[in-house]
Order: sequence, then C-alpha cells, then structure tokens
Amino acid sequence: MAAHRCSCWSWLLILFSLSVFVVADIHETTPVNDHHGGVDHNAQTAEQTADQPAVEERRWEATEVKEAATVDAAADIQGTSAPETVVPSSVPQPKDDFQEELVIRPLHSGDIYASFQFRTLWDTDFMRENKVSHYRLFPKSLGQVISKFSVRELHISFTQGYWRTMQWGQPFIPSPPGAELWVWFQDSVTDVDATWKELTNVLSGIFCASLNFIDSTNTVQPSASFKPLGIGNVTDHSFLRYATLPREIVCTENLTPWKKLLPCGSKAGLAVLLKSEKLFHSSFHSQAVHIRSVCQDWQCKTTSWELRQTLNSVFDLHNSGQTKREWSLFKMFSRTLTEACPLASSSKLYIDITDNPQGEQFELSPATSLLSQAVVLGDRRTFSVYDLTQETTFGSVRSLNLLIRWKSNEGYIHYEPSKDRVKPHLLEMLIQLPPNSVTEVTVQFERALLKWTEYPPDPNHGFYVGSSVISSLVPSTVAMHTNSTRERPLFSSFFPCKEESSYFVRIYTEPLLVNLPTPDFSMPYNVICLTCTVVAVGYGSLYNLLTRSFQIEEPNPGLAKRIANVIRRMRGVPPL
Amino acid sequence: MGLLSDPNRRRALISMLTRLNAPICVVCYFAGVAWFMGLAFEPFTLRTYMSENAMGSTMVEERFPAGERALATGREFAAHKKKVGGMPVDWLVKNMQDRGLEVFTQSFSRTLPFPDENKERYIVKGTNVYGILRAPRAPRTEALVLSAPCSPGDGNNQAVGLLLGLAQYFRNQIYWAKDIIFLVNEHDLIGMQAWLEGYHHTNTTGMSWSPLQGRGGSIQAALSLELSSDVITSLDLVLEGLNGQLPNLDLANLFYAFCQKIGVLCTIQGKLQRNDWDSVSGYNHAVQTMMLMVMKQASGRPWGDHGLFLRYHIEAATIKGVNSFRQYKTDATTIGRLLEGMYRKLNNLLERLHQSYFFYLMPSLSHFVSIGYYMPAFGLLAVILLLRALDLWVQLNTPPSTTEDGVADIDQQSSPGVLSVLTPLVISHLTGVALYALPIRFQETAVEHFPVSETEAVVLTAIAIYTAGLALPHNTHRLLSGEGTEQGWRVLKLVAVLYLAVLLGCTALINFSLGFILALTLVPLAAFVTPHVPKVLSAFILVILSPACTLLFSVFFFQELQDMPVSFQDGWLLYLSVISQGILDHSLYGSLVYPLIALLVYPCWLLFWNILFWK
Repeated sequence: MAAHRCSCWSWLLILFSLSVFVVADIHETTPVNDHHGGVDHNAQTAEQTADQPAVEERRWEATEVKEAATVDAAADIQGTSAPETVVPSSVPQPKDDFQEELVIRPLHSGDIYASFQFRTLWDTDFMRENKVSHYRLFPKSLGQVISKFSVRELHISFTQGYWRTMQWGQPFIPSPPGAELWVWFQDSVTDVDATWKELTNVLSGIFCASLNFIDSTNTVQPSASFKPLGIGNVTDHSFLRYATLPREIVCTENLTPWKKLLPCGSKAGLAVLLKSEKLFHSSFHSQAVHIRSVCQDWQCKTTSWELRQTLNSVFDLHNSGQTKREWSLFKMFSRTLTEACPLASSSKLYIDITDNPQGEQFELSPATSLLSQAVVLGDRRTFSVYDLTQETTFGSVRSLNLLIRWKSNEGYIHYEPSKDRVKPHLLEMLIQLPPNSVTEVTVQFERALLKWTEYPPDPNHGFYVGSSVISSLVPSTVAMHTNSTRERPLFSSFFPCKEESSYFVRIYTEPLLVNLPTPDFSMPYNVICLTCTVVAVGYGSLYNLLTRSFQIEEPNPGLAKRIANVIRRMRGVPPL
Repeated sequence: MGLLSDPNRRRALISMLTRLNAPICVVCYFAGVAWFMGLAFEPFTLRTYMSENAMGSTMVEERFPAGERALATGREFAAHKKKVGGMPVDWLVKNMQDRGLEVFTQSFSRTLPFPDENKERYIVKGTNVYGILRAPRAPRTEALVLSAPCSPGDGNNQAVGLLLGLAQYFRNQIYWAKDIIFLVNEHDLIGMQAWLEGYHHTNTTGMSWSPLQGRGGSIQAALSLELSSDVITSLDLVLEGLNGQLPNLDLANLFYAFCQKIGVLCTIQGKLQRNDWDSVSGYNHAVQTMMLMVMKQASGRPWGDHGLFLRYHIEAATIKGVNSFRQYKTDATTIGRLLEGMYRKLNNLLERLHQSYFFYLMPSLSHFVSIGYYMPAFGLLAVILLLRALDLWVQLNTPPSTTEDGVADIDQQSSPGVLSVLTPLVISHLTGVALYALPIRFQETAVEHFPVSETEAVVLTAIAIYTAGLALPHNTHRLLSGEGTEQGWRVLKLVAVLYLAVLLGCTALINFSLGFILALTLVPLAAFVTPHVPKVLSAFILVILSPACTLLFSVFFFQELQDMPVSFQDGWLLYLSVISQGILDHSLYGSLVYPLIALLVYPCWLLFWNILFWK
C-alpha cells in the first residue's frame, strides 16, 4: 500500500505543482492529506536548487561537529548552531538547518532498538512577523499551526506497544502507549480552552489521528510535571494543556503524514528506511513530533524554532524466526541507505557499541573508524558513527547495508585427549557468559579399573580431579593504570593490567573426589586362588566335555610305543 | 577331571545321579533349609567387630550439652509447621543461617502414577532445605549428611530440633575435616530422591527438581534421624535400603559401639538382643530377628530415608527413636551425644567405609552372618535345579539307544521341539510384559468401568492379569506344533529349570533374601512337576507355591514375626496395599522387585504350569 503510494508520488508532484497553497489550508482526511503533503514537499524541493551553495557549505561545517545530539541539552544545541552564525548571508532571509540521525542499540534481551531523530531549526519568529509565508525546510502545515494558535511548545507522540524498561533499559525519548499531546500556549492567548480544542482538531487532521476526541474530560493542566523544554521561564500552568488517548492505535495512516513533514520526505536520507510494513512488524513503535523554541547561540539573544521528529522502534529478532543472530539494515527495514538527504546539514548513523568495545560480541560490517562518545541517561556510551554525507561511507556499491553479526558463544575450544597413563585430558573453552545466567559444563566419564599396581595405599578414599580454572577479564568500575612500571602496592600489581576498563580474575572450582571401582585388597590371594580354581576346574572340564568325544580304544599299541615300553622296562620305569 | 573324562566312571556317576536323583534333591532341600535356620544359632555366627582402623582406635569425647534447647527448637518447629501447614521453609532457612550454615533450598514436584493410599498423596510438591557446615581448611571434597524428614502431622519434630541443635553445636567445633550437610527433606523418600538426584546430577525417575546451588563434595556417610517423642526408651537401627542393599557393616558396628559406650538401649528390627542363646526362646528370638531382616531385605523397598543413599554407594542408616513402656528412658542430650560421637568418628575416616562386610544378615546387633556363611544355604537349594537338569538331559539322551529306529525319531522330533519350547517361552513372557505394563496404563479405563479407586484398579488389574495368565498359555503350543510329545515337555522343562537356576542365582547374588525366598518355593515345584503327576492336586500345589501366593504368605508371616498377627480380612487388604506399594516403589525410586517378578519370575513359573498341563 505504502509502496504503491510512493510510486504514485512522482505523478502527483507534477500534477499538483501548480495548484500550490490553495489546498494547503484545508485539513481533510487521509488521501487528500497525502496530496497536500506531497505538494508541500514539492515546493521545498523546488526551492532547494537555489540554495544549493549554502547547503554545501553548511554540510562541510557540520561534519566537524562530533556531538551526539540525543539529549535535549541547551548547551548541545548552542554548540551545533554556533557555526551556522558564521555563514555569510547578505540577505536577511531566515536561516534554517536540517539534521538527521539514526541510533541503533543492540539490547540485552537480544532485540534491536532503532531510534530516528530529525531536527529542523529555523531562525524565525512566527509571532512577530505576522505573515510567515516562505517555508523552506520547516513544514508549512506546522508553521501555520504555530502562528495561528500561538503555540509556544508542542509535543505529540503516537506509540504502539509498551516500552519494557526491565528488559530494554531506558529509551532516549520516553512516551506512553497510545497518543499523547501536550502544548504550552503563548501568554497572548486569551481563551486557552477554545484554542486547545481547535488545535486538537487541526492536529487530528494533520496526523490522521483521533486527536479530536480530546476534550475537557481527558485534558489536564499539570502544575509540576510538564515544564517547557525550550527556553522561556513560564510558570503559569494555565497555559499548559495535557491529554492522552491510550486507546489510539498507531498505524500507517499516522506514519505517512509524519514522514511528509520531513524536508526530503521518504525519498532520500534516513527516512528511506521508514517502510511501514517493516516498522509495524516490531515489538514497539513510537513516533513523535516536538516543537519548541531554542536559543540560537550561547548568548541566547535570539531564538529559533526547533522541530524534532523522532521515531523509535524495537525489532524482535526471535520473532523473525532466524536462528543465527544477525542483523542488517535490509533485514530490518527492507531498504538500504544510498544517500543522505541532500538538504540535511548532517546525516549520521550511530551504533551503540558500549557493551562491545573490542568487537567480542558482534562485529559491524562495513567497519568504521569513526567513534563518538556521548553521555546518555547518566551513562557514558560509545558509538560507531557512519557519516552519510561522505561518499566513502557507501563504498563502491553505492549503498550502505550495515550488518551486525553476533559471534557465536563458543568462540574457542581446545581439547587434547588423554593418553592412558601418559597424559591427562585438557579441555579449554572460551565462553561468553550472558549476564544473570547459569552456565554448566559437564564432562561424562567412565569409571575404569586400574592395574593392580597402580592403586594407591588408600584406594577407597577416591581419586582427586583437580580444580577447574576460570580466567576472565571483568569490566571494572574504576579506571585502572595500565602502566606496569608505575609505583603501586604489591598486592595490586601482580596481574598485569592491559586495559583501563577491565581487570583480570581467575577462579578455581572445588576439586572433585571420584570413586573408581576398587577390588577388595584385603584378600587378593583368596580372590586369585578362587578365580583360578573356578576357571581351571569349571571351565576346563566343561570345555573338555563339550568339545572332546571319548571312545574306547582297543589296546593295540603302535610300534613307537612298543619300543618306548621296552626302553622303559629296561630303565625300571612303569610302561606307558 | 579324571572322573568325568573316564567314560566308565562317568557313566557310573551319571547312573548313580539319575537313580538317586529324587532322594538327593530332597536331602539337599532340607539341608538348605536347615543350614539357613542354623544361621541364627549364636555359636555358628560371628561377633561384630570394627574393621575400620580409623574409627576403631581413635577415642572421641561426647560433650553435646543442649538437648533441652534442641527439644525447644523442635517445639518451635512444630508450631511453625502447623502454622504454615507443611514445611516451614523460611523459618528453617533463617534458623540454619542463624546457626552459621550455608543454607540452600531445593524445590521438587512429582506426580505419582496413581494415588498412594497409604500416604495419601498423588501430586507431590515440596521443598528440601539443607545447610552446609563448611569444614575449616578442607577443600570441599568430602561430606557427611545428617537428615531428618519433615513428616506431616506431629511426627519427627524432635528430630528436626535435635538436628538444628547439633548443627549449632557442631558449628562451634574446629575439628571437622569433612563438610557436614544438615538436610530437612519434605515428603520423606520423594524429597530425598529429589535431593540425591540433584546432588549427583542424575535423573533416573523422571522427577522434576530445581538444581542444587550448594554442594559439599562426595558424601562419605549419611544418617537419617527419626524421633517423635522427647524421651525415648531405645534406638532402633534400620539398615535395609533400596533393592535390598545394605550399608557397610562398620556403620552398624559404630552405632552399636556408641550405644554400648553411652548406655543406650539399642535394637535391630525392633528386637533387643538376648543373652540366653542356648534356650529355645533365645534361639527363637534370634530367628525372628533374622527372618525380619530377610523379609525386609527381600521386599526391596527402602525401609527408611537412608535407603536411597545406598544406590550412590553412600553408606547410610536410619536411627529411629522408639518410646515404648520401659522404665529405662533416654533424653535428647544423650541421643545428641551419641550422634556427635558417631559423626566425630565418621569425620576421622580416611577412606570411605569399605573394610567390613557389605553382604550380611544380623540375628542380633552384636552378631552377624556373612555372605560366606549364608550362601551355602542357597547353594544347596540351587543345586537341586542342576541335578534335575542333569537328570532330564540324561533322560533326553538315553531313550534313542533302546530302539534302533529311535535315531530317526529324534530327527523328526527335534525340529518341532524347538518350536514347542519357543512358543510357551514367548507367550509366557508376553504375559509377563502385560503384567508389568498394563496395570498402570489401564487404570483410567478400569476406573471408568468399575466402581473402584485408581489404586485398587491398578492392583486388581495386576491380579486379574496374573490369574488370566494361568488360563492362557498352556494350550497354545498344540496349535502350532500339534500333539505334545514326551520329548517336548522334557526339553521345555530342561530349559525352564536351567532358566530358573540362572534367574535365582543372579537374584541371590544381588539380593540374597529375595533369591532365597523365591528358591524356597519355586525349587520344589520345579523339581516335581511333570505332566504325569495327578493334575488337580499338583495344580493346587503349583498355585500355592506361585510368586503371588508366596507374597501373600510373606505378608502374614511378616505380621506374625512382628508380633502383630492379622485376621485374613486385614491381611488381604495389607496384601493389596503391598502390591500397590511395590509398583509405586518401582516407578518412584526404581526398585527392581516388581519388574523382576513380573518380567522374569512369573513367566518362569508359567512354564512349569505349562508343563503340568502338557498333552
């Protein structure tokens, strides 16, 4: 369905390119809304060529920035927006900037967490200049909403599924199941409730959601919890409205308008991956739009509007029925990346490799040398970064299909079988232990009789099997010095420390006492005699009786015997 | 050799054996029985003595002081048990932890093949709690176990109290060289089975249990404690374990030595020993004690919680406190001291107990009969079978020499002979398989169609199949091989007699008592049965001597020996419950008596039944 719609787009673009903004003000149901978005997008792409040099320049600037802008910190935003002020522009046209990024984090549960963020910044003021009519990157539909309803801040999220914090940890941007909407209005708004009512209806149209069911029965004005996330020290919570619709079901019809808000739509850049048939085949799906005003530079003299579109989803690997733990962009999204959004100043792909610093759990292909560190949720995490704005990222095949391949658990097994009475068995295994798990290594053996001289004086005590050894590098909470020549207390310097982040541990298991079959040594003589007698008498005679047949022979001695008897008689010995 | 190789002497010997076959057999039979009865006569038996040097010469002092406090703990345990309505796991864990043990729990569950009416259980779920006292400076290679079952109702609270008291006292001593595991097991043997399987990482009976988190090395010895009153008059030692296995005799010696030292009355099979061996009543007493042991061993079931340890080659015994109406009373402190002494001596062991006998019978606690003394009794019975086999063999070979054309007859008869032997063999064994497999399988069908409980259904189905087996096989060979011949039944009897000889011989090596009791009844019938004896009378004797009737008589005899005679009605009910217990023991713990009887002994008996009705 979505694919079909996509292919229709190119036709629609041509057909509707002239009927520009007449339709844009009308909020209608899904199909029309689609067209509307297409038109909007078309207008932007038309403008794109004119601004090409400026885009080029900004892209170069932006690559210098190594910030993982996943946390909403004002400082970060200032840092990123600082270079933009350098851009020379004689015309006082509003400057805008678009960034996109995708964070992929392998979760402990074995699932994959993918988080898209698209940020559009625009140095304009919807309030002061009453008529903002020239939109480039910022979606016009939202711009008009902001100016019409005097919105200071708007947060809307659509979520399908519940975030399993116990298994997945914290998400980058949390959201409740269903739809959530909270808005701060400007002080200038006189009738907040009426504006709120109208706004929800308008948003309902934009996002094709049942937001129009928001009314006074499910609207609240939290006084403490929902402070504005952007600048502005508003404390009067009478301008805040908050509502949730837990029943709201999120599906393709919500995704399509959401995608259309992006400057490149779903034609280029990371948004190419947002195929609904794959996205809605996941354990968790959440899409959100956040609008707020942020500082333009560190002095915060002027403000700019920020539009953040986020999409989080968790893919269930076990559900997909594959036995090998392997993940690629294509397997998840049924698309690969071929280019960055040309309008984006920065387009990056982050892979969380904090749990995999040396690549012992999984490996990435193609590999990247670019690393980035960021503090997320109170934890310093390391990411591999793929910069989509650089041609080299896509390699010779002109497409990036990132592959995460987990290494199988038994990495290395070394086994030397024993030789009887020469050398013992040796079994060495390199094992990756999952957290909070019990791993059992069992060895089957057969009890054998030893040679009788090999028994020790106390055979019934049992035979010892020495301790097994577990050697491991354990992650350390404290950074350690790797310099072995440095002066340290003796007790802390025995095991050489190769890395700062981990220390060496060796664990010995209990020795084992094994009972072998032991003969009764108190009467070996008796046993030997008895056995020999039984074998000789019992077996011998039985064998004789069974195999030999006895016949009575006439006493007719042969010639040799007669001669022998003659000799014997002469010797005085009884004859044969 | 020379005797057998020389054809003349051989012929003479054989003719003597065939001529005097019947008298020799009779003499052997009575000699065997007499030998067996003589075993209980004290001058013929050996006094017990401690073989293990590590336990013999070392002196230990017993200083356990806290009997009263242990009893108080037992009362507290009883209160918590009543409150929880089962095993007070949390209370036990906390108490063991307070005493400085490493405490672990194991949960298990088991669905019985059919409801156990004696113990009133069907779906069993429970938890074992055990605390390990880690020996200082020992590498966790060896361990001793002291266990007390947490039985439903008021039973055995004092044992748990004493166990905890001993744990507390042991914890403060420094001389331990082996870890000591204090185990409180729920649902007696089922819990013990779960714990042992968990400890040894085996699963032989398809039970589900959670793996053990703490281990203490290979277990050297184990004692199970059963006390149900604050003061006791005597301590009873139970040795018989699964499949008639017995612990090393040194364990019994150790118990006896400490009873003597501390001055506690001790019994075996609930019988005190008497000194008047030369009087008739004294001899009677010894015979009763020994016969009780033989009966218990032959049953193949564990007679205490220790019984399952023996399967893992762990020497174990159960010590039962008995409170009868005697003047002489022993308090908990004394029992604690006795156990302390035993554990200190076991702690001194350098090797596991192996010096003394594993196969023995005990006419009293101070005397024993070793395998070398009792085996001839069985041998005399078994030799009858061999003599009869020899006789048959000779009879099978001689007739052809009487007539010249007999040679051709043999050729004609030998080929159907194989078939006529094989058919009854196969059919009787199939009946045995049915007897083994069907009762449990068909319990649901039986319950649907008859107004009986599941347990009754199993037992009655077993009896029905057993009885049906009598009617089924003895005519079938004629359909296949036509008229039976003289040769035919002789060959069949030869096979059956040899089969029985091998079967009883193997059984007696593993479980002497079972082998002997079976030989006592099966050997005479195997010796006399031919198609030519009076049918009705012989059939009656054959039924009387069949395994099922042997079991019935054993039940009455056992009650008689325990001085608890029962009426026929009660005895019959007891008999039914014994059968159900036997089947349960097989499926729960892997006891081998039921499959042995059903799959081997009963088909063998059917062969003789077949011979009787040979036509």
